[in-house]
Amino acid sequence: MSASHNVSDSSVHTAMIDARGLVKKYDDFTAVDGIDFTVTRGESFGLLGPNGAGKSTTMRMIACTSQRTAGTLEILGRDTDHHGPWIRAHLGVVPQQDNLDRELTVRENLYIYGRYFGLPRSYINDKIDELLDFAQLEDKRDAKVDSLSGGMKRRLTIARALINEPEILMLDEPTTGLDPQARHVLWDRLFRLKERGVTLIITTHYMDEAEQLCDRLVVMDKGKFMAEGSPAGLIAQYSSKEVVEVRFGSDRNQEIADQIADLGDRVEVLPDRILLYTSEGEAALERIIDRGLRPMTSLVRRSSLEDVFLRLTGRSLVD
Amino acid sequence: MATVDTGATPATRAWQGASRLVQPARIARSGAWYVAEYRLRNLSKWWGAIVAFGLGNPVLYLASIGLGVGALVNRNGPNALPDGVAYLTFLAPALLATAAIQGTQDEVTFPLMHGLKWERVFYAMQSTAITPTQIAQGVMITAVIRSVFTAGIYWLVLWVVGGFTSANAILAMPAAIVAGVSFACLMLALTVRFIDSQMFLSSIGRFVLTPMFMFSGTFFPLESMPLAVRWLGWISPLWHATDLGRVLTYGKAVPGWLVLTHIAYLLLLGAVTFAIGSRMLTKKMTG
Ligand SMILES: Nc1ncnc2c1ncn2[C@@H]1O[C@H](COP(=O)(O)OP(=O)(O)OP(=O)(O)O)[C@@H](O)[C@H]1O
Ligand SMILES: [Mg+2]
Repeated sequence: MSASHNVSDSSVHTAMIDARGLVKKYDDFTAVDGIDFTVTRGESFGLLGPNGAGKSTTMRMIACTSQRTAGTLEILGRDTDHHGPWIRAHLGVVPQQDNLDRELTVRENLYIYGRYFGLPRSYINDKIDELLDFAQLEDKRDAKVDSLSGGMKRRLTIARALINEPEILMLDEPTTGLDPQARHVLWDRLFRLKERGVTLIITTHYMDEAEQLCDRLVVMDKGKFMAEGSPAGLIAQYSSKEVVEVRFGSDRNQEIADQIADLGDRVEVLPDRILLYTSEGEAALERIIDRGLRPMTSLVRRSSLEDVFLRLTGRSLVD
Repeated sequence: MATVDTGATPATRAWQGASRLVQPARIARSGAWYVAEYRLRNLSKWWGAIVAFGLGNPVLYLASIGLGVGALVNRNGPNALPDGVAYLTFLAPALLATAAIQGTQDEVTFPLMHGLKWERVFYAMQSTAITPTQIAQGVMITAVIRSVFTAGIYWLVLWVVGGFTSANAILAMPAAIVAGVSFACLMLALTVRFIDSQMFLSSIGRFVLTPMFMFSGTFFPLESMPLAVRWLGWISPLWHATDLGRVLTYGKAVPGWLVLTHIAYLLLLGAVTFAIGSRMLTKKMTG
């Protein structure tokens, strides 16, 4: 009985995170410039944006390791300025930069991290087996962290963040440095955590990752939110259904773009190619060719978050 | 990663969730000890070096300075030193205090570099419910333990070679530990303040440690220095510790108010610099 009481107790705050007018300044520089958002229990929320957008800064404020300059920020119903340690007890944090102890072994890294949460030794020892399996590092248990590959370190950092069975898991570019297989395995594992009701906050540069993992995401640039919605919703709102990519050589792209602009809803000229946004990609490409234009290469694809980003910021997401 | 195995992660047991597993109040009470536990675990990897250094250092110092300089000084008769004691007796409390201070300095500067700069492990601690203040406390707990160990070995070696003549000499051990920890607090503040400077580690030696050893009455009485530089000794924790040590190990005649000043200075220096240092650490880590 008491267990079910606990559950209803903690779900009183359906808003796991609530931010209003959140600002972070470093001296004169404004890294996060008045953002508002709410994340509910079990949701997976993504921050998408280019280098320097303010994603990590936002993550650090949520993780109560960086003090906000203005606005309000409540996690699990408590103010981050006054309840930092209490809030952090409920979080799992994967920082952008690994901060494992290289002099200790894989097992010891998990162990001491569990001790920081004041967890009983017997619990930690059992949990370590589970986490090593999660990270597929069973055979590295007694290896020094120094001897792990970059991707293995990343997996260990992620496993470490789960030792306290967090209510909210914060992942700052979790899969940077992982090979494609490891990424897919990780996505699967994260998906299972989500099924258990863990709330996920993820930053990423990768469109596919955002589309796979996030129920809802915001596009962030220069400290501000440019747009917010589900991956599909954002694409529907800010892009067309399909995109025709054609290359004519960097010196001719601009000139040709003017000639084909009428064939779609919108056209974007990138240094190496032209993007034509349209609901009917194949048809548009045919008409380009009908006009006697011969692209060096051409491709018809579905719109992605990359296009949303380009539309909103005029820049590519990956520099 | 042989396969893209999305299959069974053994569901070893039910997910309980942090709100049931973690007790924030307990971490608020004991966090500093968790940090110390980590530091000791880390130190235990180096225990061989620590023991060798702890033993080797006094033996080397005694052999070179105690015997070499001592022979010179003692040749000048029983009144070569103001207190009329043998050079070894004069030197022993100073070596004890020096060792305690050196040991804790290592135990603060390097962990802070490791924690804040080299591997940023303090930031990992901070992402749990541990606070920067608890990190500072934990580092200091370890410094105390290390200091007990170093001063303990040193004291024993000095006792064995007959460096002490007073029955109060046992009290010189806690006095050295207090001095070591007080200095560690000062180093905490200095390290946090200057950690981003490239010159930090080398400057510490040049501008803090070396002058301190020269002007603290370690190898010769401070009273024999010109007044113009004697103030360097007065601000030096090592001089206060050494002079206090001499009172305890051979009954140096020192007015009561000065003994109290020594003790008060060391305690105050530690308390004030710890407060400043841990506040700066918090500011640095939450900026
Ligand atoms: N400690 C700091 N002091 C001063 N400026 C900082 C600090 N941390 C971040 N910034 C600045 O704030 C801005 C946002 O940085 P942040 O790390 O949040 O970006 P990001 O979106 O995570 O970028 P990336 O994708 O490269 O990780 C950047 O211009 C950065 O230079
Ligand atoms: Mg970042």
